[in-house]
Amino acid sequence: MSTFASARETTEGRIYSVTGGDWDDVTNEIGSAKEERVVVNMGPQHPSTHGVLRLMLELEGETITELRCGIGYLHTGIEKNTEYRTWTQGVTFVTRMDYLSPLYNETTYCLAVEKLLGITEEVPERASVIRVLMMELNRISSHMVALGTGALELGAMAPMFFAFRERERVLDIFEMVSGLRMNMAYVRPGGVAQDLPEDSISKIRELVVDLRKNFRDNERLLVGNSIWIKRTKDVGYLDLAGCITLGVTGPVLRATGMPWDLRKTQPYCGYEDYNFDVITTDTCDVYGRFLIRMQELEQSLRIIEQACDKLERLNGAPVMVADKKIAWPAQLALGGDGLGNSLDHIRQIMGTSMESLIHHFKIVTEGFRVPAGQVYTPIESPRGELGAHIVSDGGTRPYRVHFRSPSFSNLQATSAMCEGSLIADVVAAVASIDPVMGDVDR
Amino acid sequence: MGIEEKLPSGFLVTTVEKLAAYMRQNSLWPATFGLACCAIEMMAIGSAQKYDISRFGMEVFRASPRQADLMIVAGRVSQKMAPVVRQIYDQMTEPKWVLSMGACASSGGMFNNYAIVQGVDHIIPVDIYLPGCPPRPEMLMDAILKLHEQIKNEKIGINRKRVIAEVEKAALAAVPTHQIPAFQRGSNE
Amino acid sequence: MSEKGMFGVSGTGDTSGYGGLVRASADPTSAQRPYGSYFDDVADALERAYPKFSDAIERVVVDRGELTLHVKAERLVEVAKVLRDDETLRFEVCLGVSGVHYPESVGSELHALYPLLSMTHNRRIRLEVSVPDSNPHIPSLVEIWAGNNWHERETYDMFGIIFDGHPALTRILMPDDWPGHPQRKDYPLGGIPIEYIGATVPAPDERRSYQ
Repeated sequence: MSTFASARETTEGRIYSVTGGDWDDVTNEIGSAKEERVVVNMGPQHPSTHGVLRLMLELEGETITELRCGIGYLHTGIEKNTEYRTWTQGVTFVTRMDYLSPLYNETTYCLAVEKLLGITEEVPERASVIRVLMMELNRISSHMVALGTGALELGAMAPMFFAFRERERVLDIFEMVSGLRMNMAYVRPGGVAQDLPEDSISKIRELVVDLRKNFRDNERLLVGNSIWIKRTKDVGYLDLAGCITLGVTGPVLRATGMPWDLRKTQPYCGYEDYNFDVITTDTCDVYGRFLIRMQELEQSLRIIEQACDKLERLNGAPVMVADKKIAWPAQLALGGDGLGNSLDHIRQIMGTSMESLIHHFKIVTEGFRVPAGQVYTPIESPRGELGAHIVSDGGTRPYRVHFRSPSFSNLQATSAMCEGSLIADVVAAVASIDPVMGDVDR
Repeated sequence: MGIEEKLPSGFLVTTVEKLAAYMRQNSLWPATFGLACCAIEMMAIGSAQKYDISRFGMEVFRASPRQADLMIVAGRVSQKMAPVVRQIYDQMTEPKWVLSMGACASSGGMFNNYAIVQGVDHIIPVDIYLPGCPPRPEMLMDAILKLHEQIKNEKIGINRKRVIAEVEKAALAAVPTHQIPAFQRGSNE
Repeated sequence: MSEKGMFGVSGTGDTSGYGGLVRASADPTSAQRPYGSYFDDVADALERAYPKFSDAIERVVVDRGELTLHVKAERLVEVAKVLRDDETLRFEVCLGVSGVHYPESVGSELHALYPLLSMTHNRRIRLEVSVPDSNPHIPSLVEIWAGNNWHERETYDMFGIIFDGHPALTRILMPDDWPGHPQRKDYPLGGIPIEYIGATVPAPDERRSYQ
């Protein structure tokens, strides 16, 4: 028996494990089997599935008769971990769920905590505008990864280089504002961790101009490209009824023609004051979702410009809630020995004000207390509706944090989209759903 | 004395070890093993213009482990994924190296819980650890270059077996870090 | 001589200052009419469309601008169907199932929450079902909202709530043969002690701040 391909009998039939060797040997053995179904495993390690996703395909020739998704390969137990940390420390855990759009996770969590605290109205306007600005920048970087990796999985390599080039520019802004490129823990309950540095607005405005020009590169490559259209038109079809019953939201839902975007229908963080359009197409296929993502980039740029205008008007306003019993007390600055509390802040807590010292100490070590109750706060992430269901028992730690992640719900639709189509279409369909496995498995 | 003396020095007198190491380090092909957030930084190092690793011959991320030399475990390894990691490692052909990228792969990172394997070195032998959450692409490049240095000094054949046996003997006899007397609090040393 | 220092647990490890005091929180009583904003319309429409309303709904909670209907497990499917189909209600989208484990409320330890969204009327409400640990069965809503399939599997995996009528109730996030249900409160966090030079720090759920 060869050490490469082995076969064994199970209750489900014969299973062939192919780990190298000659494919002809395997097909000869299968050809002599009585049953026609072949179940192929596109395993967790695969270049074309978006991360650690396992697709089990039942094939008849090249057509798929049944498709199941195996998930859980990235289950991290983040929700249980937050029960052992304070409310503010929860932000650092939650930010690593959907690692392509970390600011959305943070904002959902913080909006939910603020709702529980009852301070939604007292979050300063500058903090809300900064949140909107950072979220829209994150939407751009997330869509860039979606476009780049989607194109790569279908065989086009150049869009990936263009997309990551733009993403690097956006990540530079993130680094300037929050200190980190990814998983920043920048949005905290009550506001944001620290204000924007001095010249960030001008840098962001420059970036917007450059991005507008550079998005044309990808557009010229893919929109209207006949090969791209052949691979993506009428592939991964999921109509409105299917989307609604499966709970699918985001670009997949908007590709059916339904203009459902939580930023317009149930606005949060001041989104009702911004001018932007909700992009829809009505083809319900991969090409439609791709066009939506490309056009949402332009809408995000519009929102960013408006947010920059607002920030210039709100210069000097606070970025944390005024209530000292909740506000994150640290003021960080870069000193001789690295990043730490600014000397002003240390002078204040050690020299002048006893309350500041006590607040700093209690809030950083123990955390603030959140009154008992439960809330569900949804926002529109680049993938769909991201909701945080948070239960508090009145203490300094969450009692239960559950995230309704868009990727988890959207990924269920893969079976409906792909059964009856070819294997190559599965790759396109999964890329168009744009699942992030950290979000799926949490 | 003859033509050998005229050739550039060292050309014909290099050792087989040095030659093999030179070949290996300069075309190390990574296997695509991106799991979570670190995978995105790994993609950035492969595709973004600032951090291009094709200058080291490494932009070809081979999907098939049979054709890959380096497994960059990028991201958190969950309990369900652990057997898959081991299977991919076993499927890689010698010579192979493992770079554990990020805090989660090196030690479980911030996720000290039921679902995450506390360090991928519980499952596979790691050659170089890279901390960070996630490590910047420049940090990953630094780790890869340090791995190149390590590969440059690797021995082959019987010498390698000797080195492995010595290192193993020393590791088995070593005192665990948290019991080293010099580091204990209250010691007078 | 060994120095212990201020690190590590001694005694119960309770830093809250309450000395292990356990306060049973009173069950919130049902909110009184009028509920405010669109909640009254929803409650009225539900009463009209589902005459056995007061029998099935145990409690109505209006808190922080959100309406929660506590539904009895046996009536869940009927109530859900009415909520989805009635013209004035039309909660077409169910945003998944969220489980919560309250070990102190004996007799109704496991709660399952269903946030519902009506795109037609742009409204949100929540359904909450509680079942005891001894009989953790809830009827499945997969036939009404197909998207609940994976969410119910996840709630089963993490809490042990068994959804009757689910087409394939198996583990989804943990490996298929994993024992226990991780997100229950009686399941430990499962971390390992962390070794540092000169000390080990216990895992987060056994850790303490300081003495």
